[in-house]
Amino acid sequence: MNHNKRIRTAVIAGLGAASMVALSACSAADTKSSGSADEVTITVPSWVGARANAEVAKKLLEDEVGVKKVELQQLDEPIAWDALNNGKADAILEDWDGQPKKQKLYIDDKKTVVKGGDLGVTGHIGWYVPKYYADKHPEILDYKNLNKFAKDFKSNRSGDKGEFIGAAPSYTTYDEFLIKNHKLNFKIKDTGNEAAQIKEIQRKYAAKEPFISYWWEPLWANADMDMVEVKLPPFEEGCNEPETKTKCGYANTPLQKYFNADFAKDGGDAAEFLKNFKWTTEEQNEVAMSIAKDKMSGEAAAEKWIKDNKATWEKWIPKK
Amino acid sequence: MSAAPASVLEKKDGVSPPGPPSSDAPGPLAALLRNPKAMALVAALLVAVVSALVTANGAWPADLTFDVRSPLDDINTWMAQNRDTHPVFLYFLLHISNTSESAVDGVLGALEGLGFIGVTVAAVLVSWYAGGANLRRRALALAGIAFGTFAVIGVLDVWEEAMETLALMVVCVAVAGLVGVLLGLAAGLSDRAERILRPVFDTMQVLPAFSYLLPFVLMFDVGTPAVFMATVIYAAPPMARLTSLGLRGADAAALEASRSLGASAWQRLWTARLPLARKPMLLGLNQTIMMCLSMVVLATVVGAGGLGDPIFTAISTLDVGLAAPAGIAIVLIAVWLDRTTAGFGERVDDAAPARSAFATRVVWAAMAAVIAGAAVLGQALGRTEWPENWVIDISQPINEVVGWIERELGSGIPVIGGTLTWANGFIDYGINPLFDALLATPWWAVLLVAGVLGYLAGRWRAAITVVLALAAIGAMGLWSRSMDTLSQVIAALVVTLILGFAIGVLAARVAWVERGIRPVLDTMQTLPAFIYLIPMIALFGSNPAAAAVASVIYALPAVIRITAQGIRQIDPSALEAARSLGASTGQQLRQVQLPLARPALLVALNQGVVLVLSMVVIGGMIGGGALGVDVVRGLTKGDLGLGLTAGIAIVCLGLLLDRISQPGADVKERALR
Repeated sequence: MNHNKRIRTAVIAGLGAASMVALSACSAADTKSSGSADEVTITVPSWVGARANAEVAKKLLEDEVGVKKVELQQLDEPIAWDALNNGKADAILEDWDGQPKKQKLYIDDKKTVVKGGDLGVTGHIGWYVPKYYADKHPEILDYKNLNKFAKDFKSNRSGDKGEFIGAAPSYTTYDEFLIKNHKLNFKIKDTGNEAAQIKEIQRKYAAKEPFISYWWEPLWANADMDMVEVKLPPFEEGCNEPETKTKCGYANTPLQKYFNADFAKDGGDAAEFLKNFKWTTEEQNEVAMSIAKDKMSGEAAAEKWIKDNKATWEKWIPKK
Repeated sequence: MSAAPASVLEKKDGVSPPGPPSSDAPGPLAALLRNPKAMALVAALLVAVVSALVTANGAWPADLTFDVRSPLDDINTWMAQNRDTHPVFLYFLLHISNTSESAVDGVLGALEGLGFIGVTVAAVLVSWYAGGANLRRRALALAGIAFGTFAVIGVLDVWEEAMETLALMVVCVAVAGLVGVLLGLAAGLSDRAERILRPVFDTMQVLPAFSYLLPFVLMFDVGTPAVFMATVIYAAPPMARLTSLGLRGADAAALEASRSLGASAWQRLWTARLPLARKPMLLGLNQTIMMCLSMVVLATVVGAGGLGDPIFTAISTLDVGLAAPAGIAIVLIAVWLDRTTAGFGERVDDAAPARSAFATRVVWAAMAAVIAGAAVLGQALGRTEWPENWVIDISQPINEVVGWIERELGSGIPVIGGTLTWANGFIDYGINPLFDALLATPWWAVLLVAGVLGYLAGRWRAAITVVLALAAIGAMGLWSRSMDTLSQVIAALVVTLILGFAIGVLAARVAWVERGIRPVLDTMQTLPAFIYLIPMIALFGSNPAAAAVASVIYALPAVIRITAQGIRQIDPSALEAARSLGASTGQQLRQVQLPLARPALLVALNQGVVLVLSMVVIGGMIGGGALGVDVVRGLTKGDLGLGLTAGIAIVCLGLLLDRISQPGADVKERALR
């Protein structure tokens, strides 16, 4: 047993030594990895419209601007901000203004992220009901009357409340607080992700069932469905701070681009191109529709749009 | 634990040895009344039911909850602000972060340098070596699996993603393996270390992979380092556990022989104990690799990249066709790695005379030369990336099939209804009543029942753990969210156990069933949890039923396998005796096989519980709601307060479920042996 003890001591000493070695690389570590203009990383959040931006930008950057490798990294909106801050990604092409805290921290305090201008698309979030239901019950279109109709929206998971179909986990939403602060008799259903929510709504729409949902524009699925917005108290600057006290509806958000500060400065043509990148809701929807509805690959969808819209994208390419 | 463990399934006195009830036993009711433990359980249940009926609302009282979210949010903000200025980060964490990142980049660079020809040749040769390095069937079959894996990865156009995943895997497996061996050595050689580490490993095995991610994202930010740390910590325990087991299980005679030859403690460790422990250690490595793969895929949620990426995208666009190539690649890599490491394990047992050290070295040198040659050939041909025209697009046909399934099987099939109808039925008659019952029962009655169950399974220690875990959930203000998750777990678990025991018994009794399902089970057990999610939305919609079905499928293979094994291992003479006494098939099963296999069934129950919980949590991504979606929201929104508290609640549920379903240690070992 004595021998065992010696081995044990040696092992423990070895463990200790190993951790000392790990510690003793004792200089301050580098904090930044900076991308070069040869390689551009664009963050892609989970919704299809934003993927349309990224796919088209990637294709054009590679084919027309001459960037060697464009990486599209799947990152949800809030995490994308962290990636922009630490240089793991270079650009966000579509931000819905849902991260006020991170914006302040990274843009104003640490100056690691800079604004990249309008995407050209205006986003709007709201509470929507299908038109066939609103036609029958026009009063529903005012939030004050929602409780009267709550029973129509009951489901097997909402108890005696109405079911409110909620946003995907990473999306900007104040629904929880709106429902609480207006004492609405609704329970939010967590759909888990955008596609699951859209699928659920398409199914209900096809069956002409009543439903009320967190919904937004632009969205490719709106081409096939008639949805009407429920009026919430109007948005005013600062009315959703702190968010737990929110009583107002959602703003119209001109969607924004953001870049890593180093990339914006040293990114050359690639950064220039991404700053110029600006298109309309219809154009974005066209590409999004190809991806989501026709199930084309992102690359094929981008290629198809690029072929037909040279006049639009030519303006984005930096002059040599 | 010295006394034989009490069972949860059967209310029989735990001290009496398990065995078929003798014919002169009193009636079941009388037996129940004579049994103090059963009485305790019945009494606790009665209290719960009565109090539920009287109060009808059992929510955790508000004045017993504490605000843990605000301080967590403060920590979160502090971390974000100081991550690249504070000394703790600069001199410690960032080194880990940068080292792991450059290691992964280095391996990825090496893989890219080898090119697709080099990588494929290397994989084929390593597998061939694992299979015995000769021209027999096993070696060739393994080489074939390796070749097929990499060819399919290339053809399906996911080569680049696969290399990213492999690079991350190589680094994670290396570090997890090393950490595991060191901890295993400590636990194997020192009783005190074993006493300290054992419960830690036990607990870690219960925790769902998902709950590991958030703390590391907090410390390391999103990206490779966080994934690396979470994966290493998730995957190291099996290596450590089996190393320790191997060291402790070494044949005493061999050690004595070595000692009598005058070997020093170090020599004994190197020449006798470690070589004797090689087999369990390889088994541990195999498990570590599988857990790394599953975690690396899941970790795409926090920016790991690689093969998980298309799957994550596909979940958010419901594009099964997009996920399929990556999914197939993951399955193939899993099968390849599993068979190859298993191959190395079997080599240890080989009766064939081992080659001389020289011959082994020659084989290795030749392999290295061939790999280098292949890499150079690839470079010379200008082909390091998989050629673009060697690619087949399978997404279209797959999406068509999925579309057809959705349209045709969703609802409206006469008599059986269809998958959507089932999903609603499962919610209406399975999950909802359970949830309502759990919420209606006063919190103290839930604690009481859980405590009694814990006591029956593991005496005071388990009872206290269980009660504290539940109290922690309540104190964090997550009582009803947790009961929601718990109701889904229980509903899914019941289905899993019914199906699992039935199929397991069938497999144990009918040889061709066993032969037929074994490869299916093998494959299913290697699949990362993530893979199971996507088809579920298509079939069952976005709701808790979809998550529950995914977890049933995920947990079934383990339950079936353990059940079948347990029943098959019963002493044949017992069965023969019953048969000669004229027992019918049903009687044999009920009175001999099942009672004798009870320890195995208990292990199956425990495994089922742990697996179902981990999957139900991930099910938050497809509409499971409750705690799972809170963790996802916390991860994706960077809302630490929300994510961590939900994560802790999941851990508490894991402890609760594990402890009340855990057979005592001696039962577990007997069944696994």
